[in-house]
Amino acid sequence: IRNGGKSDSVNGHKSGSNQSPSLKSDLISPTMFNLKTLKLKTKQQELLIRVTILCLVYVLAFITRLFSVLRYESMIHEFDPCFNYRTTLFLTQKGFYGFWNWFDSESWYPLGRIIGDTLYPGLMVTAALMYWTLRFLRFAVHIREVCVLGAPFFASNTTLVAYFFGKEIGDLGFRGRPCGSCTDSDLPWLHLEIRSYDNEGVAIFALLLTFYLFVKAVNTGSLAWALASAFGYFYMVSAWGGYVFIINLVPLYVMVLLITGRYSMRLYVAYNCMYVLGMLLAMQIRFVGFQHVQSGEHMAAMGVFFLLQVFYFLDWVKHMLSDTKLFQAFLRITVTTAVVVGVVALGALQLGISHHGRAASTLLLDPTYAKDHIPIIASVSEHQPTAWSSFMFDFHSLLFLFPAGLYFCFKRLSDATIFLVMYGLTSMYFAGVMVRLILVATPAVCLISAIAVSATIKNLTRLVRAKNKVPSTGSSKGASSTKSSSKASLDQSLPFQRNGAIALLVGAFYLLSKYATHCTWVTSEAYSSPSIVLAARGAYGNRVIFYDYREAYFWLRQNTPPDAKVMSWWDYGYQITAMGNRTVIVDNNTWNNTHIATVGRAMSSYEDEAYEIMRSLDVDYVLVVFGGVTGYSSDDINKFLWMVRIGGGVFPVIKEPDYLVNGEYRVDKGAAPKMLNCLMYKLSYYRFGELMTEYGKPPGYDRARGVEIGNKDVKLEYLEEVFTTSNWIVRIYKVKPPNNRW
Amino acid sequence: MEARLCLIFFLLPILSFLSLSDAHDLQIVNAERRIDLTSHIVKVFLTFKVENTGTSPASEFLLAFPPAQADHLALVKAAVATGKKKKKTYIPLDVNPTELPDAPNGAKFASISLKNPLNAGETATFEVLLELTHSLEPFPAEISQSESQLVYYHDSAIILSPYFIKQQTTFIKTPSTRVESFSRVDPTNRVGTELKYGPYADRAPYSFSPIIIHFENNNPFAVVEELVREIEVSHWGSLQITEHYKLAHAGARHKGVFSRVEYQSRPTISGISSFKHLLALLPPRVHSVYYRDEIGNISSSHLRSDSRKSELEIEPRYPLFGGWKATFVIGYGLPLQDFLFESPDGRRYVNFSFGCPLLETVVDKLTIKVVLPEGSQDPSAEVPFPVEQHLETSYSYLDVVGRTVVVLEKTNVVPEQNTPFQVYYTFKPFFMLAEPLMLASAFFLFFVACVAYLHMDFSISKS
Repeated sequence: IRNGGKSDSVNGHKSGSNQSPSLKSDLISPTMFNLKTLKLKTKQQELLIRVTILCLVYVLAFITRLFSVLRYESMIHEFDPCFNYRTTLFLTQKGFYGFWNWFDSESWYPLGRIIGDTLYPGLMVTAALMYWTLRFLRFAVHIREVCVLGAPFFASNTTLVAYFFGKEIGDLGFRGRPCGSCTDSDLPWLHLEIRSYDNEGVAIFALLLTFYLFVKAVNTGSLAWALASAFGYFYMVSAWGGYVFIINLVPLYVMVLLITGRYSMRLYVAYNCMYVLGMLLAMQIRFVGFQHVQSGEHMAAMGVFFLLQVFYFLDWVKHMLSDTKLFQAFLRITVTTAVVVGVVALGALQLGISHHGRAASTLLLDPTYAKDHIPIIASVSEHQPTAWSSFMFDFHSLLFLFPAGLYFCFKRLSDATIFLVMYGLTSMYFAGVMVRLILVATPAVCLISAIAVSATIKNLTRLVRAKNKVPSTGSSKGASSTKSSSKASLDQSLPFQRNGAIALLVGAFYLLSKYATHCTWVTSEAYSSPSIVLAARGAYGNRVIFYDYREAYFWLRQNTPPDAKVMSWWDYGYQITAMGNRTVIVDNNTWNNTHIATVGRAMSSYEDEAYEIMRSLDVDYVLVVFGGVTGYSSDDINKFLWMVRIGGGVFPVIKEPDYLVNGEYRVDKGAAPKMLNCLMYKLSYYRFGELMTEYGKPPGYDRARGVEIGNKDVKLEYLEEVFTTSNWIVRIYKVKPPNNRW
Repeated sequence: MEARLCLIFFLLPILSFLSLSDAHDLQIVNAERRIDLTSHIVKVFLTFKVENTGTSPASEFLLAFPPAQADHLALVKAAVATGKKKKKTYIPLDVNPTELPDAPNGAKFASISLKNPLNAGETATFEVLLELTHSLEPFPAEISQSESQLVYYHDSAIILSPYFIKQQTTFIKTPSTRVESFSRVDPTNRVGTELKYGPYADRAPYSFSPIIIHFENNNPFAVVEELVREIEVSHWGSLQITEHYKLAHAGARHKGVFSRVEYQSRPTISGISSFKHLLALLPPRVHSVYYRDEIGNISSSHLRSDSRKSELEIEPRYPLFGGWKATFVIGYGLPLQDFLFESPDGRRYVNFSFGCPLLETVVDKLTIKVVLPEGSQDPSAEVPFPVEQHLETSYSYLDVVGRTVVVLEKTNVVPEQNTPFQVYYTFKPFFMLAEPLMLASAFFLFFVACVAYLHMDFSISKS
């Protein structure tokens, strides 16, 4: 068996290398004439061009991610990256053990948060290692630069891995230009990550690396590659909760191979090594720990692991028992016992499983689950089902190339292509369920589309080359004969075949270049605007930038007591701790639903009731985000219903219908009385009634919602306004100390 | 115990009389004092006409300060005016703080060294400029947004001096006509924004008559609590300056509500003592200016530059009310040839201005770090006034042995002290090449390693 595996892989390689030079020479045929004079050997040429293209793509992948850095500044602005940056800073200052044992008292007041146990440290450790290495090499960089440029750097690395992955799959002849196109097409997904110094940046790299190494291990049956993939998996586990995807996809893949009768010793070696080592390593991450062997999400991997042993064992028994009847009887007994033992074990394990933290993954299997049960997950925009348009927006032409790629994959079925197909299909499903997971799907889509492109181009160039020897007229007629060319490719003797091929080639290149333009545009327009800096068009068409968030955070940082506690909706928690350096009640790590519900309840109660809650939470300041002056629509008033829902989910006192009028959410005169007098309304619109926001509109005209507000005479009894930013986007109130009783 | 104290108190005046006997050789014929209270830096202009009534020539003149004032004294400058009105030129005189062991009530002194010793019977006229910081005490100490800021100024109606003063007058200029109250030491007169104390005749040495003026002052009380200026010298042609500011509004503390509606709709009344602009004067030909803080770039700044100077107008992220703080960093680059020179003895020196580039601000603690290029030796600094000095080592890009940093520290710095200072050092041009060579050899070694790797076979089994 071992020998077979080896010869297999050798074959695979041979076929790959056989095709590549020919393809190579086809592709560079226009430039061939110039190069001939240099007298480079074909292989050298190929290497040179491949390395050059790779380098260019690497650089391109890096620089397209610098849009926001150049347009705005080298800064961490998103919500999660703020936290990542803060923890990385802590790690570089206090060292690894300080970080591991860090109890963060600045968030989730009064509960606090044990950082070391509740985060995936991969990103921070990576950044810190990069920082320490650079420091050691006497590059006096700031940790912020490392964090900001770390994301583009990892994106570039991902393109590199994607190239190798493509090459590994590629007995399809991924070389030269197709590889370029392949990596070109990687652009969009990497763009998704641009905005962030976030876990995903490292995670997608780790994900692809693990897959690549695993496929390599399956192809070669080598222990070394399996070991490497286990380490890749470990890195992935340390970086992102999405590792669950790997640990479910890989067993699924193994299952499919088993079912399709592609079981081999290579697979056995690769999977066992990867699973056992990967599991042991993953358990070293404290956030994962024993979940890896206890929770239901990881059971599939374990099941497949045992199944493989059974397979191997059966193989062995079959080998030992020459009689088929005896074997069948044996089989029957073993299967029954195995099933019984399995069911019992599974039941026992299920009892021990904590149901905490499984909500997000449950959501993956049942998209409507969260909407009905867990408002806090449903409230996050990243967790919404993906709209069709955003698929189109992110994938562009890849969306059409994807099925074509699948077709080519099936046409040349191998272990590696099966993996790719499964990866593509599953991740597409997940991408459909949750916007955020488009990230995971992108590499697969890119690779599969790249297969389609490369196969098409290969076929077309072969046609062009075949006719090359025959003198033929110019390609001017090509455009007119596009339609006939599809038929032409079927029949070798048809006229215009070459022209048709050329036209199609041109079309393909046009498509690719359009796609590249689209990617760049998407990156620069959609994914490079930081959420902390808001840009708008001024009255004269000029660009107006609002720095209100930072104005407020910096005010908090400088002008409040260092131990002040700030209550805000959880979206701003990370930013307040990172930029404002103040303690918050809740933040983006939404681990305690009750606590968040308490804040939601305070926001949706009357002022006196809210005061009691705030006193009990030791709140000193309340921060609200308000877009009524600028027309900024993702402010707290628009998020308010989620606060009500989340608050009401835990405290039944809060009822959503109280805030609605005939099921309609409004803030003007017709709004529900409870709405007009709840804390959030009061804090948002305090003294707003005196302000003229737009010419020709009454004072107190809310530009975000386009209505005149219903309660212009807001009086505050227990709070006082202490700061409002210049465009009113952030408003901070101080909770007054209790009145003297005498 | 009590008896001993009594004895000391009894002896003190006698002792002081004895030790200061030589001082009595001088007497002030006429003294005029003008106190400018319009900004938060109190400027006192003194004009003395001194006569030597003794027998021996006198070469020193003593200025006396009450201890409370001495703590806030940022600057003492003395000069002799020569020439007639139009061609008036000032010749600066040396001023040194001195200690008199038996000064009454802890008075502090500074001695002015006269250019030519004053012979018996001669008279001389000279002018003195004092600058006091943190001398205006806000009262009420906390104000709300709509109130304007009132401050106290404490001084003496009579100039404190170890000499007999024949005649003296004090003029005090307030920023506006709104003066809540002022002490009267007749003759006292108030016209518009000016208060006049005096003339007083024949006052004995160490006469003191405390006065309090309570008036409105809405000027920005911009105080930089700490300023660190880093001046990095690169012989590759640029001088990089990074300034870390900790700015505070040192006036009456803001109390209660800050209402943006009020602040926006009634800018003339609301938050009148707050400020939101600051102007920094930078050298000409400044480039790559940035203005940021710990959480990123601050967008609100404008740079205007011409051939003589550059003006950088900055706005903190939020208007500063009393007691509010803001920290930020300003950085800029300058062409080296404007600031680096070679002295006749072959050493190089950096000539740069001391003090804070922000107009009308007081710096409580100023640290200047001159980062010399790697490999420079024998650094020494020349500053026109006493500062604390020491050396440090810092590491920047590709530094191996580290750069020598000359650190100068001074407290209580006023804009008047923006005078040039020099840092001398020796430097061999060869060191400029060290870092490029290092990089080049590192890349060379890397490529050699690559070549070597490609030409070697590392496989265990020969296939």
